[in-house]
Amino acid sequence: MTILRTDGITMRFGGVVAVNNLQIDINEHEIVALIGPNGAGKTTAFNMITGVYTPTSGNVIYTDAAGNDIKITGKKPSAIAKLGIARTFQNIRLFKELSVYENVMIAKHLHLKADFMSAALHLPHYNAEQRQAEAEVEELLKKVNLWDLREEQAFSLPYGQQRHLEIVRALATNPRLLLLDEPAAGMNPKETDELTEFISQIRDEYNLTIFMIEHHMDLVMGISDRIYVLDFGQTIASGTPLEIQNNERVIAAYLGVEEDA
Amino acid sequence: MANKRNLILTIILLAAFFALAWYVNFETDSYIRRVVNLCMVYAIIGLSMNLTNGFTGQFSLGQAGFMAIGAYVVGIFTVPVALRPAVFYAAPMNPLIADIYMPLWLALIIGGLLAALVAFMIGTPVLRLRGDYLAVATLGFSEIIRIVITNAQSITNGALGIKDIPPLNDVRYIFAFTAVIFVFITALINSSYGRAFKAIREDEIAAEAMGIDLFKHKCLAFMISAFFAGIGGGLYGALLGTVDPKNFLFTLTYNFLLIIVLGGMGSITGSMIGAVLVTAGLEFLRVFDEPLDLFGMAIPLFRPGFRMVIFSVLLMVLVLFWRHGIMGTREFTWDNFFAFCKNPFGFFGRKGAHKA
Amino acid sequence: MEFFQAIFNMSGASFAQHMVNGISLGSLYAMIAIGYTMVYGILLMINFAHGDIVMMACYFAFFGITVFNIPWYLTFVGVIIATALLGVVIERAAYRPLRDAPKNSVLISAIGASFLLENLANYLFSGRPLRFPNIEFLAQNINIAGVQVQAISLVIPVVTILCLVVLLHIVNHTKIGMSMRAVSKDYEIARVMGINIDNVISITFAIGSILAAIGAIMWGIRYPGITPLLGVMPGLKCFIAAVIGGIGNIKGAVLGGFILGLGEILIVAFFPQLSGYRDAFAFIVLIIILFYKPTGLLGEKTTEKV
Repeated sequence: MTILRTDGITMRFGGVVAVNNLQIDINEHEIVALIGPNGAGKTTAFNMITGVYTPTSGNVIYTDAAGNDIKITGKKPSAIAKLGIARTFQNIRLFKELSVYENVMIAKHLHLKADFMSAALHLPHYNAEQRQAEAEVEELLKKVNLWDLREEQAFSLPYGQQRHLEIVRALATNPRLLLLDEPAAGMNPKETDELTEFISQIRDEYNLTIFMIEHHMDLVMGISDRIYVLDFGQTIASGTPLEIQNNERVIAAYLGVEEDA
Repeated sequence: MANKRNLILTIILLAAFFALAWYVNFETDSYIRRVVNLCMVYAIIGLSMNLTNGFTGQFSLGQAGFMAIGAYVVGIFTVPVALRPAVFYAAPMNPLIADIYMPLWLALIIGGLLAALVAFMIGTPVLRLRGDYLAVATLGFSEIIRIVITNAQSITNGALGIKDIPPLNDVRYIFAFTAVIFVFITALINSSYGRAFKAIREDEIAAEAMGIDLFKHKCLAFMISAFFAGIGGGLYGALLGTVDPKNFLFTLTYNFLLIIVLGGMGSITGSMIGAVLVTAGLEFLRVFDEPLDLFGMAIPLFRPGFRMVIFSVLLMVLVLFWRHGIMGTREFTWDNFFAFCKNPFGFFGRKGAHKA
Repeated sequence: MEFFQAIFNMSGASFAQHMVNGISLGSLYAMIAIGYTMVYGILLMINFAHGDIVMMACYFAFFGITVFNIPWYLTFVGVIIATALLGVVIERAAYRPLRDAPKNSVLISAIGASFLLENLANYLFSGRPLRFPNIEFLAQNINIAGVQVQAISLVIPVVTILCLVVLLHIVNHTKIGMSMRAVSKDYEIARVMGINIDNVISITFAIGSILAAIGAIMWGIRYPGITPLLGVMPGLKCFIAAVIGGIGNIKGAVLGGFILGLGEILIVAFFPQLSGYRDAFAFIVLIIILFYKPTGLLGEKTTEKV
């Protein structure tokens, strides 16, 4: 079943067309990758899906758990997150001065059922909700070996662990669709392998659909069910990893270059 | 369990302070009572400002305006009905409200609610603005509130102000309000909403991506801040015994800016400390507003206005050289306190210890 | 004339009077608004102290002419130089050290600088209102076609336009102007290209302060009461004028200044019962602009890169 599709979205910034008539289909439980040279418009596409930008034209349609199609074009990012789409950022956007623990707990706020006064006064039903949330956060942090570091300020973590934290924070919002923007950026081959394992694991364990932007081809080819290739804001190819690897246009535009070690 | 222990310790500490308030109320002279009361009122307003500026990262300069609303509700409704015609001598009081009398606690709460309502009306257009624009807009609205008060002769007595407000100098009464507000704000900051506010301060875009409705939460922080500023303003008016539009110039807001910068923007206990230091300092520095005799020579340096010059220089020095203030974003917590007692010097090595 | 009277409940002569007042006030706002817009264009910060610089310039003029009896033409030159220096000193002391600090710190510093100037003026010159020196030939009333105008009201727009022409020439046709435009477009690139950022910023502040000084002198002649807080409301309004016109855009600041100045005078002229609320006008316009065209009338749209 399709979980997200875009019907030809375009993004214009003044005279520049950053994304042109992008058509993407993502099915439930798939891992779909979006690749392409720098500046191809990949993060812009993410921003259009998550509501940071409103497409100049075209629509983004999300299908919820009950099978309803919801037009999310122009919705606020917070509303889209509530519907079940979470994301990480290309340049890590953790809550730097807050602790590891707080970073992930914040992601539990959007599903808070207790009202404001109950929360402020720490009434029993709010406390119960919080204990449940704390248990979930503990489990998530243990999964990435960050539970012992939970009181540390986020900015003090090593780079790789910051990336893990960001992913786990997004997971804490209980999404159905997870958008990862260059999750392996700056990682060495060993770390990338671990990340590949990890993404595969969370997809199965949390019943996720994953849409990711990546440059590390091992990760992309190793784990994706399908790939879209973007260049100058346009899709130049789409298909399975095998099809993409043998696609001449893609090779010409992109894969001919040795990827960064 | 640590939390039970902390709760009991806090209750004991509050009881101790209440006993202290009792003592100050009956055993010290009226000048000290007045300073202590002012300290607490300033603490309330400083806390309210810290909620928006320090915790949510929304730079609002509107406190004076919200204080004015609270103060005027107290002024209008707590002056005994019989005395009102004498106060409103230039133009008679609006008949709709002329006979309504409220006890102080009710006027305080209504003042706070009215301030929160005004905050909602202002917030709707203004909270979409970025940092500096928000500062200018809230500053402007603070002045507009004052302008409206100055012009609504039949309701507020205009530029003449309202006098004969039953004076408040019961230290225990003000302490009760201060303690309740302190506890509430601490509980709020340590709740899911408090974390949401801090998330907005740290990174709005990430906060939104994690499902936090920016406008709703900014507005919430703004309204709560205004509510407490209104209560603080009401207490302020009752303390002074009169209210006057000139009392609520935007320059009053700068005092609270100093308090929260000095104490640490983002620290509740910091604001309390800052309030005590600034209020005491303001009183102590009064000495510089009078001509000083040194060795029989009058020093022309010390005359009215010098005190505020020192204060403005202090604000500049703070922001240039010590912008985290005394506490930064740290809090005085029982856990921190015991950790400090066990290892005084190691305590300061760990950066940014704060409550989870 | 009677037709006019019937529609607007005001005589033609009265209306002309209000128009002259409005254009004068608008010009004064424009002079001050330019300072805000130039600084914001380069540093992306509001120079809260700018309005207070206007106030200090008025005090300088008072001291030069009334206290020290220096001839007005010499004093005015002195005032302009002193105010320009003051602007640069504030930039060096309060803003430059915080260039790499979080945005809020610069904001607090600007507020602190403004507060300091106000308190300094209150302390040095006492809070009671002083009278701006009277320059007879400018303050006198002239009769034009039945309308009474102060000579200064005619001088103000002329001086404003002259200053604007000179400024636009500097900005668009000189090397230093090009540097200023480069820095306001892209700070980092300009630095990498070898432009001395510190100098450009200092010059921007100097120019803004010079215009503020000229505006202050004209303001003082037109509205002679000087108090330590005289710069506050006009300062706020002039920043709003800059926003209305499109922050960072000099012509926009001038346009915004005129809109606010004329609007304020005419609203009170047509609705005298609202005169107590005249200061609120600017804020209402601000809200409207921020709702319908947040980048201002002449401003450009920018998007933040995420």
